Amino acid sequence: MQDTIVSIRNLSKTYAGGFKALKQVNLDIRRGEIIALLGPNGAGKTTLISTICGLVNPSEGQVLVDGFDIIRDFRKTRSLIGLVPQELTTDAFESVLSTVTFSRGLFGKAPDPAHIEAVLRDLSLWEKRNNKIITLSGGMKRRLLIAKALSHEPRVLFLDEPTAGVDVELRKDMWALVRRLRDSGVTIILTTHYIEEAEEIADRIGIITRGELLLVEDKSELMRKLGKKQLIMDLLQPLADIPDTLAHYTLALSADGLQLTHTYDSQGADADITALLDDLRRVGIHFKDIRTTQSSLEEIFVKLVEEAR
Amino acid sequence: MNWYAIKAIYKFEMARTRRTLLQSIVAPVISTSLYFVVFGAAIGGRIQEVEGVSYGAFIVPGLIMLSLLTNSISNASFGIYFPKFSGTIYELLSAPVSMFEAVLGYVGAAASKSLILGTIILATSALFVPLQIAHPFVMILFLLLTCITFSLFGFIIGIWADNFEKLQLIPMLIVTPLVFLGGSFYSASMLSPFWQTVTLFNPVLYLISGFRWSFYELADVSIAVSLGMILMFLLACIGTVWWIFKTGYHIKK
Repeated sequence: MQDTIVSIRNLSKTYAGGFKALKQVNLDIRRGEIIALLGPNGAGKTTLISTICGLVNPSEGQVLVDGFDIIRDFRKTRSLIGLVPQELTTDAFESVLSTVTFSRGLFGKAPDPAHIEAVLRDLSLWEKRNNKIITLSGGMKRRLLIAKALSHEPRVLFLDEPTAGVDVELRKDMWALVRRLRDSGVTIILTTHYIEEAEEIADRIGIITRGELLLVEDKSELMRKLGKKQLIMDLLQPLADIPDTLAHYTLALSADGLQLTHTYDSQGADADITALLDDLRRVGIHFKDIRTTQSSLEEIFVKLVEEAR
Repeated sequence: MNWYAIKAIYKFEMARTRRTLLQSIVAPVISTSLYFVVFGAAIGGRIQEVEGVSYGAFIVPGLIMLSLLTNSISNASFGIYFPKFSGTIYELLSAPVSMFEAVLGYVGAAASKSLILGTIILATSALFVPLQIAHPFVMILFLLLTCITFSLFGFIIGIWADNFEKLQLIPMLIVTPLVFLGGSFYSASMLSPFWQTVTLFNPVLYLISGFRWSFYELADVSIAVSLGMILMFLLACIGTVWWIFKTGYHIKK
């Protein structure tokens, strides 16, 4: 059994207006992993994070962080957690250094200028330490929020849409930073609606919609289990029709008759490619090129969310 | 107790005052000085002494109270309202900080600022009028109690307000008129019996009366009643803040 750092049991949240943002969510987050929570807008991702971090009161259920209850032992759990919010909320007229130092104090840690310097250097903000926040670019502000969250040396870091509105280059820098943090032993929980982000950096993926956690799976396992594969064959001679002897395969012929596509489940009985190729040769179909494709996480995600509707 | 957090909030709020020195300290001192010029020198010269005290000196306690009340409320209310407005309150809510510790930080800073301001205004007034302080410890006690109580009241307003208009509503429409009508510039004994009775319903009268007694031993009501009233208001504010923490009113969803 893997070491769990965050344990969520039957967590529900109903807002004052009656809106159910979370419905009986159960989730174990493993120590040292990067888990991405994917879901459309309004799915409940931010509510889930906000509840664990103490911004929202849960309606029912329990959350343990490193074995401590987030309500009863809030001091212990919150000192273990760092939160980077989605919005770029900062004190515009504070300096970079003072706001990060403030965050460390707020989380009950004694001043440690060396640690603050290391964090700011790691995030390429040390040169800007005396600048007012209002003068920073959007990307720098995003990094500053991460610096604030790391100022008290958390063991669990929540990143709520960390690359929302961030350009491609900065996004890749952010992914590299997240991997470095994971390598240093920090558990990362990020929410995103960028599928490529989850595909790129997550170890596990949770899909959430309408307040329900549809599934949580290792990324590679998810793509293996739910991903459809296709074998695409470019034919030497155009084919008028698919022979009846091949009817038991899921084959599709292109309009010009020059491309034959076989769609199969990588785990299913129809995944025996050798048999298909033997049958094709037997009926005199020859091809000049062959390749396979696999459905992306995006296609899996869309399919799952549509099924949930 | 998370002392580092209390210190961080306190220092953060005091740093904001240093950044806005003109607005926080200089502006109230100038406006109070103007009161001295207008009421003390221009009008006061034509008014006889009030119960043996020159009019300029008589209004000093009321003017200090006016500044203390309005600044305690505005400092504390802005201190907690602005993080709500800007969204930075997420950090306070996600930190290992109890609401009691947050109040100590915010209200402590607001009360400190008011205390500094009150002291500066007191020193400034000594430049305009001859001052005497008959009971300095009582004066300090009133200063402290007023700063803490009205900073707590400001904290409550800051939590309650969900826009800038509401933030200004109570200080502008309720507190300032109560201070002006609470005997800042006159003694209640100068009013007709009917208005004297009406004035007794103004809680600020008790503050100003007690504070003035510590200077000149002149009071509209007894010092014990004045102290009792401010302690009652302090308890009411503490009770309200306790309820806010318990329910998460306007802080947590």
